[in-house]
Amino acid sequence: MSQNFRLPTGGRVNRGKKISFTFDGRRMSGLEGDTLASALLANGEHLAGRSFKYHRPRGILSAGPEEPNALVGVGADEGHYSPNLRATQVELFEGLVAESQNRSPSLRYDWAGVNNLIWRFIPAGFYYKTFMWPRGAWTKFFEPRIRAMAGLGRAPRAPDATTYAQRYAHCDVLVVGAGPAGLAAALAAVQGGQRVILCDEQNELGGSLLSETDATIDGAPAARWLSETIAQLRAAGSLQILARTTAFGYFPHNMLGLVERLTDHLPGVAGQPRERLWQVRAKQVVLAAGEIERPLVFPDNDRPGIMLAGAARIYASRYGVKPGQRAVIVTAHDSAYRAALALYQAGVGIAAIADVRANPQGGWVDLARKAGLPVRAGCTITGTSGRLRVSGADLAPLAADGTVGASERVSCDLLLMSGGFTPSVHLFSQSRGKLVYDDALGAFVPGTPAEDCWVAGACRGVSLLSEVLADGFAKGASAARAAGGALVPARGFATTHAPATGGGFAGALPHGKNPASVRAFVDFQNDSTAKDIKLAISEGLRSIEHIKRYTTTGMATDQGKISNMNALGIATDVLARPIAQIGTTTFRMPYTPTTFGVFAGYARGDLFDTVRRTPVHHWAEAQGAVFEDVSLWKRARYFPLAGEDMHQAVARECRAVRAAAGIFDASTLGKIEVAGPDAAEFLNRMYVNAWSKLKPGRLRYGLLLREDGFILDDGVIGRMSDECFHVTTTTGGAARVLTMMEDYRQTEFPELKVWLTSTTEQWAVIALQGPKAREILAPFVEGADISHAAMPHMSVVECRVAGVPARLFRVSFTGELGFEINVPADYGRAVWEAIFAAGQPAGLVAYGTETMHVLRAEKGYIIVGQETDGTVTPDDAGLSWAIGKAKPDFVGKRALARAGMGEGVQRKQLVGLLTDDPQVVLEEGAQLVADPAQPPPMTMLGHVTSSYWSATLNRSMALALVKNGRARIGETLHVPMPGRVIRVTITGPVFYDAEGIKLDG
Amino acid sequence: MLLITCPFCGPRPELEFGYAGEAHVVRAQDPRDVSDSQWTEYLYQRSNVRGVHAERWRHAHGCAQFFNALRDTTTDHFVATYRIGESRPDAAVEAGR
Ligand SMILES: [Zn+2]
Repeated sequence: MSQNFRLPTGGRVNRGKKISFTFDGRRMSGLEGDTLASALLANGEHLAGRSFKYHRPRGILSAGPEEPNALVGVGADEGHYSPNLRATQVELFEGLVAESQNRSPSLRYDWAGVNNLIWRFIPAGFYYKTFMWPRGAWTKFFEPRIRAMAGLGRAPRAPDATTYAQRYAHCDVLVVGAGPAGLAAALAAVQGGQRVILCDEQNELGGSLLSETDATIDGAPAARWLSETIAQLRAAGSLQILARTTAFGYFPHNMLGLVERLTDHLPGVAGQPRERLWQVRAKQVVLAAGEIERPLVFPDNDRPGIMLAGAARIYASRYGVKPGQRAVIVTAHDSAYRAALALYQAGVGIAAIADVRANPQGGWVDLARKAGLPVRAGCTITGTSGRLRVSGADLAPLAADGTVGASERVSCDLLLMSGGFTPSVHLFSQSRGKLVYDDALGAFVPGTPAEDCWVAGACRGVSLLSEVLADGFAKGASAARAAGGALVPARGFATTHAPATGGGFAGALPHGKNPASVRAFVDFQNDSTAKDIKLAISEGLRSIEHIKRYTTTGMATDQGKISNMNALGIATDVLARPIAQIGTTTFRMPYTPTTFGVFAGYARGDLFDTVRRTPVHHWAEAQGAVFEDVSLWKRARYFPLAGEDMHQAVARECRAVRAAAGIFDASTLGKIEVAGPDAAEFLNRMYVNAWSKLKPGRLRYGLLLREDGFILDDGVIGRMSDECFHVTTTTGGAARVLTMMEDYRQTEFPELKVWLTSTTEQWAVIALQGPKAREILAPFVEGADISHAAMPHMSVVECRVAGVPARLFRVSFTGELGFEINVPADYGRAVWEAIFAAGQPAGLVAYGTETMHVLRAEKGYIIVGQETDGTVTPDDAGLSWAIGKAKPDFVGKRALARAGMGEGVQRKQLVGLLTDDPQVVLEEGAQLVADPAQPPPMTMLGHVTSSYWSATLNRSMALALVKNGRARIGETLHVPMPGRVIRVTITGPVFYDAEGIKLDG
Repeated sequence: MLLITCPFCGPRPELEFGYAGEAHVVRAQDPRDVSDSQWTEYLYQRSNVRGVHAERWRHAHGCAQFFNALRDTTTDHFVATYRIGESRPDAAVEAGR
């Protein structure tokens, strides 16, 4: 297809560089400098998509980020596919592959277009009203079908093959927008000696100057002034220019999020990131974000070929494209006359300029009249014709009292509209700056800022070029000064400017038809109409926030950039209250849709999250261990031999530990060194236990509560000397325990002389457990007697193990004779391997966390977070023996004395469960009831906290929290499960060696 | 992302800090002296201020110190940050008005 609608001259496109691309599989060509939208228009293509709800054919409405219709999927393969891109912002490149969305089977023939025929039955609030009954029908029936019919593009079918970068930046002044206001602001800020970042979402700096063909600035044509100014800014070393960079979010304390598009427009560039996220902290911000033209709301205002007037002028002036042959212009604003003239000069026939104002006046109106363009004052539009392209406009006289006369059909293939301009206050609003309604302008403009920011040019309602430039310069100078820069004197810009413009309209145009029979679209992307908004109000919704949600107006991916003011205009008419009283909705980030990839950045695959590995990790890996994630750690879960499944491996490991010995990597345990003259007193106040009388060389099980009396953490604590304790915590609780200790140390007990140091990663911890543990270990130990007499259960000694300095604990989490050997982490693997090799003749096996869990459960030892859930007291867990009752205070002590925490209350207590059928292993989390025949809701007495197959007992066993459980030992309870009820007997929580004889080997 | 001025290290990005709840919630010198309801209030009742709120932060990935801050919950602007043990600098609040 050739570019039949390309003008012979003009525009900023490179006529020497033809670019070929495909749209829905059709090969077309454009020019370097085109967007996908301008290239499609150059090929005469307006039809670009189907609408969200009614599947109506839609064309290209705008030339910028506000585009609601022309959303396309771009990408030659699934790894490079992005849905929902605005064709108006997609830079054309050689080989670009684009497809339209939300149509089946094709854009021209779409079966779901049937929605367009049944539209009367799917009004606003339709989903709320229709699909809530019968229960279950929503998720099973309606939702999947609606999802298939409505919606935007599809997700890519392959992982993103591109990469994304992220960086932080600091500057004195960040200027958002490089149109005339932003450029002038940057000039001033640089002159003030400041470090400046200037960003703009387009591929070229210049904003409105890129389509400025009439004005001169300081004697030069606008295009020349632009290139000279950019050169001047580039020459200043203190300014960084970021083109193709959207400021999408304004975060607190002057941090802005920018996305820089790096390589999408450069096909064939490999190995470089696709986009870069900039997090910029600026001392001062200048917002020069420009303005967005409003459509007019009239019946069937959404056919392909209907465009914003300013957009048509941009296509002609900047891209050298003729958007049609014969245009009708409908307007409430002078700027549309300028567009009409530009198109007229480009060879487009102007069939009519219908102005809804009774008596339009001004420079542009005069120029249009002088050129002989057919101006119809006091004229409205009551409808359009055409299916895949507009073919006619119904124009009718509009009397001062709003009466609409008989309409006349005027044929056209292009219908331009302008309701005036809405300042782009999105970022200002995001920053929590207050918006105020400007009556003269008919728009919300920035009021008092909440951040250190300045607003310049069109985004605060300034429109005349000379004023925009002067305003930008003044704001740039103010920002520079406020950031600590030099005083910059005010500067004027001499422009031979185009005439001033004025006018504007917000709301729905009168059309004189039965309102129930027409659709005048307000929000094109969400297919909401003037009628929908009126319906919402008639159904009692008054707040604009409620109207927005009920009709979904402004809730599409364009966030109401073009619909917001018209929706307000309709509401203000119906409610007969001024817009200023109705207020506006809040703008949220991102300003335009932003890729997930750029937020994920480097955090993908191996870099998704931190992985912590123990010193023994790679040995375990080589042994074929299966790992599990425990907080950020990788822990060996079991060590299967050839042909073993988990069940078999764990059973073998369990039997080996009970019969001979097992070796277990406990390095992930949290470790905190508590040192200082008041170390014991500090622990007295933190843990429930008494520490003063614990002798150096002894260990004690420590239990830590929160201030509300519930168990937070536990671990074995060793007293290394009078002033030094080796504290261990759970694997997942290490950071939280240290934070809590630091909190009390710094803020509650600052008088105590004590220091806390995390030593988790300093020590490798090798647990050696089983009746043969001592005989395996003994040959490695120097400098300590580890006989039972010299080193009983719960003692600690400093010695050398395998030649390495060690803190050797005699401790057991299995119920067997056990040691935990702490050696400096770098020696961990060597010591482990030496012991493992030496233990082989004795039957030593490596075991993982699964076996550890089973063995400890056989002994009734709790795991914090499994037997506890933040509502379990020491007594509930059967641990009140640990409490130092004579102590005046410890964290949680006062709370334990509150009503409901102890005596006289039937709290859930830790018990054991044995199923009647020993082969049945209960599910953890299963609920326990007394009467399985009780109709729901049943009285639930508790739940299973841990449940395993015990190779030791040759049957299943479980731990549970059961209401008044200790008094129920011997009772039968029931576990209702899908399809069956399991009978269990309550027992004590210790299933193995209740006397503790095995602890001594 | 907030910019928070640690009283020990100066302005640092929020990433380096952990939030630690309301400030000046006094733990009784001897908790045995207080009633159940007073203790319940200490445990659970917080002021949930709209406006200037005294709160605790910890410069976890920095000097590791806890400190207090006055932050306007409607704007996220910090009026002041100050060390544990120092009294609430309400003069700064007034000056900021
Ligand atoms: Zn600090």
